[in-house]
Amino acid sequence: MAGEAAIINTAARASLWLQPHRIVLILIALGLVLSAAFFMRWDWLPQYWEMGLMGIWRALWILAVTCALGFLIAVPVGLAQAAGSIWVAAPAKVFCTIIRGTPLLLQLWLLYYGLGSLFPQYPWIRDSWMWPYLRQAWPYGVLALTLSFAGYEGEVMRGAFAGVPKGQLEAARAFGMSRWKIFRRIWLPQAFYRALPTLTGEAVLQLKSTPLVATISVIDIFAVAGKVRQDTYLTYEPLLLLALIYMAITGILVLALSRIEARIPVKVG
Amino acid sequence: MLGLLHSLEIAVGATIVGLAIGVCGAYGKLYGGPVVRDLLAVYTTVVRAVPELVLILLLYYAGTDLINQVLSAIGYQRVDISGLVAGIAVLGFCQGAYSTEVMRGAILAIPQGQIEAARAFGMSPGLLLRRITLPAMLPFAIPGLANLWLIATKDTALLAVVGFFELTLATRQAAGVTKAYLIFYLAAGVLYLAVTLFSNFLLGRAEKWARRGMPSIKEAR
Repeated sequence: MAGEAAIINTAARASLWLQPHRIVLILIALGLVLSAAFFMRWDWLPQYWEMGLMGIWRALWILAVTCALGFLIAVPVGLAQAAGSIWVAAPAKVFCTIIRGTPLLLQLWLLYYGLGSLFPQYPWIRDSWMWPYLRQAWPYGVLALTLSFAGYEGEVMRGAFAGVPKGQLEAARAFGMSRWKIFRRIWLPQAFYRALPTLTGEAVLQLKSTPLVATISVIDIFAVAGKVRQDTYLTYEPLLLLALIYMAITGILVLALSRIEARIPVKVG
Repeated sequence: MLGLLHSLEIAVGATIVGLAIGVCGAYGKLYGGPVVRDLLAVYTTVVRAVPELVLILLLYYAGTDLINQVLSAIGYQRVDISGLVAGIAVLGFCQGAYSTEVMRGAILAIPQGQIEAARAFGMSPGLLLRRITLPAMLPFAIPGLANLWLIATKDTALLAVVGFFELTLATRQAAGVTKAYLIFYLAAGVLYLAVTLFSNFLLGRAEKWARRGMPSIKEAR
């Protein structure tokens, strides 16, 4: 019975969603996609799809690493601004302002062309174990994206840390918890729950800034599309496919993060 | 310095175009028919899901190409679209999607009675928009629009990728010529930062002005 009711319910919702004009719109969209598939040139796909998969993988890898590292930096930055003395809070504030006040592309080029051009001047850097890494482009890309994520996220975490009700912390102190334990068990989880919806948005923004690393010669999916365009002189097809890929990744990302969001206890503070 | 000027020109232009699209889009989303509403939903979703860089490339090349093809099909000569116009159009298109959402939220935040009262006075929709909706929505919209303006100033840097001469590309060329990479990039960063801080100050003033006579946020809580 219950299953039947559920089926009827979903059917009713589907019919509500599938109004006549929507069906027409969907048909038009399908027609556009099909005409694109038939009338545009896609014969370059077999040749490049392996490279494309590598590019997608690299973009996702950069996204994951920079988000994780950026969040690790963002926690102390946010904490310093929310609870630290002025000597810690002021540098954190300056860091956030600078990161948020300048374009990411500029930061990236500053690190890659600016810092990258300084390193070869010092022989001891050239001889050290770091040199093989410093010669490549991706460490700079990861560093710039991490710092940018940390800057934006630090501001979010500041609000989240400040938003945890005072009573919770006082209660934890009354239980005789040490400061580290309070932070680990009470303060950080609650702040994290508060920040999670914003974190989802920030993760999507971070995904949208990953193609910038292509400008410093890291081969991600965006760079692959650029290469296809240069090789085949096609204007639209690679870019359209690229837009589609990014939309798919965004959709999956939002879906996955909203799953996580649904799992946390709703009643905070 | 010319680069900075170009950047600011584009940012201002794109914000104005974006605001215009935003007002129309928000009105369409709130009061439009089902088809208009769905199309706008597709527009805002797609633009907000695809990286700006990809959109810029797509619209910058595809857009100019398309216009030229249409023009030559009708029988006119091909026009050379300047980078400035194309940049403003492209960034404005991106900004439009974001500001549509901001404006939609702001219009929804207006007490319904005000709009109903204006309708009862027999105001035409245009007059209603100009006299009631826009001024009443302003305090709710300004924080979001301020963010958009800051994003616009930073998005102009992306136009460097398609070869438009603005602050970031100018910096890169200057740095490439003089080999003093670090100094030039730092200087450009300071310029961007100055623009941001200055507009933060102005926007704070504007918000205070728009909120005049309203209960402060703290009291309202």
